[in-house]
Amino acid sequence: MTNPKGRFGVHGGQYIPETLMNAVIELEQSYNHYKNDPAFNRELTELLNEYAGRPSRLYYAEKMTKDLGGAKIYLKREDLNHTGAHKINNVLGQALLAKKMGKTRLIAETGAGQHGVATATAAALMGMECVVFMGEEDTRRQALNVYRMRLLGAQVIPVTSGTATLKDAVSEAMREWTSRISDTHYCLGSVMGPHPFPTIVRDFQAVISKEIKEQILQKEGRLPDAVIACVGGGSNAIGSFYHFIEDKDVRLIGCEAAGRGINTFETAATISTGRLGIFHGMKSYFCQDEYGQIAPVYSISAGLDYPGVGPEHAYLHDIGRAEYVPVTDDEAVCAFEYLAKTEGIIPAIESSHAVAHALKIAPKMDSDQIVVITISGRGDKDCAAIARYRGEDIHE
Amino acid sequence: MSRIQTAFENGKAFIAFITCGDPDLSTTAAAVRAAAENGADLIELGIPFSDPTAEGPVIQGANIRALKGGVTTDKIFALVKELRRDVTIPLVFMTYANVVFSYGAERFISTCKEIGIDGLILPDIPFEEKEEFLPICRRYGVDLISLIAPTSENRIAMIAKEAEGFLYIVSSLGVTGMRSEIKTDLASIVQVVCQNTDTPCAIGFGISTPEQAAKMANLTDGVIVGSAIVKLLERYGKDAPPHIGAYVKSMKDALRS
Repeated sequence: MTNPKGRFGVHGGQYIPETLMNAVIELEQSYNHYKNDPAFNRELTELLNEYAGRPSRLYYAEKMTKDLGGAKIYLKREDLNHTGAHKINNVLGQALLAKKMGKTRLIAETGAGQHGVATATAAALMGMECVVFMGEEDTRRQALNVYRMRLLGAQVIPVTSGTATLKDAVSEAMREWTSRISDTHYCLGSVMGPHPFPTIVRDFQAVISKEIKEQILQKEGRLPDAVIACVGGGSNAIGSFYHFIEDKDVRLIGCEAAGRGINTFETAATISTGRLGIFHGMKSYFCQDEYGQIAPVYSISAGLDYPGVGPEHAYLHDIGRAEYVPVTDDEAVCAFEYLAKTEGIIPAIESSHAVAHALKIAPKMDSDQIVVITISGRGDKDCAAIARYRGEDIHE
Repeated sequence: MSRIQTAFENGKAFIAFITCGDPDLSTTAAAVRAAAENGADLIELGIPFSDPTAEGPVIQGANIRALKGGVTTDKIFALVKELRRDVTIPLVFMTYANVVFSYGAERFISTCKEIGIDGLILPDIPFEEKEEFLPICRRYGVDLISLIAPTSENRIAMIAKEAEGFLYIVSSLGVTGMRSEIKTDLASIVQVVCQNTDTPCAIGFGISTPEQAAKMANLTDGVIVGSAIVKLLERYGKDAPPHIGAYVKSMKDALRS
């Protein structure tokens, strides 16, 4: 689906400073070489299986199914991966690729901290230096993950520019990359940024839908009716959708963070409220004002608190292949609590956005229909913030 | 021939960068006039962007101050219109792709032509993406300025061959900002540039002192200074224009010697 210049319809491209052009060209060439290299793929599969714990389970949520009284619900348990989220899938791939390219240093941006933790983990494993940029606001919201990254040997740099959240961490990581390219790989965490990142990250995350397909065929002998995942930049969603894109009967539903609602300024629902623009290396949809200034977005979830969306999602939206729906903070928090009480699974607040949408649609579906929800990460990191949301002050 | 060529007809060119609306637009107007009167050959007017990924802390700060002060693209167009009553040196806009794209490329670039803007510098539009704006720039006679970086290597000839207005040679890796030392082998870059184009070239990123300017001018047709001027605006605010005038004079004098 990607054309040579990394376009998804009108979206994508390489809108970056000249200083970085040879770096992304080198990355693309190396990736095109190694993605077809059997030795590389063997090594990566070994890491994914033996180190990260793949394949992740596709769990039949029987209590939830009965409670909602509609479609049969399966949970794709990316939360059970090593480091607690889907982020490790992409990071192991990129770190291995970087190592093959002779890079000795990984830099990364992080929102909730899951991608930062995954990058710090891969760097520790592969003996690489690691620097993670994290919005200062997020270092407060996700203090535990900051400590985990430091424990893993990474340097965490709090970013104070702009809104001090995920978009500013991306900007700062890009600035750092322009100043140090020869030994450094920018391990981008989502299906965003300049080509080839949206394609590389999607390919490394596509293992999610590859497994879902095999597992559901084995368990049910048929494909699901809907696959639901949360969307910030959109890496776990594209990973969950990818191998179903050609199966037109499978509904693909991305859940965006609506924050306090799409009719307020405190939202991060890009497809619901944004428009076409050029930012962070790509053409896609962005939350912005009438003059193209990027909007200071908001969500309770640090991982979805981003004013753009990956170019392939923008394209899937344009052609009507995937649906994108807004989910508010309140709905996500209720879903967080619901899954904990009903299934004994505490999902990340990001993933809770997908659970919340399933709570809306599953009861209206028939009992012979199947819904798969990707639980992209575990919710331990969010407990203090959710407690605060409910007016309870706990110390981590 | 575009008006930008005239900037390179008075010896080595001194190019000044000023963020519009920092701290307010009347100060910007006074700063532009002070720079022009004291020997600036071309002025880059920065249209602030919320997330300037190619800028160091100094110009980032100017962008934030300007946007907080309520500056908009339309107000900057009005400022240029007013400046063009007496300022005759070439003026170019330096901003980010989304500012142009979001305004509507055709609407933005046709307005540039109408108000007397001679060129456009967009650091997030590399050679591969210039088709986004180039056909419209050509139609309205606004030069789309190309940049060459220390990492461009095998790309220099390709970029130089299609250069318009002037070539912006980025002196160092990283973002804009003052540097004590510039280590890039600029002579080799300039050599490849000259083999491939007659378009003049100017070096920017990291230059702040008259000594650096004189040294860089030995290699090229001009120098570009941004952060050092923005720093004067940060320090003196509304009182910055005379300081900018004196600074520009010292830099242009260094280029003459």
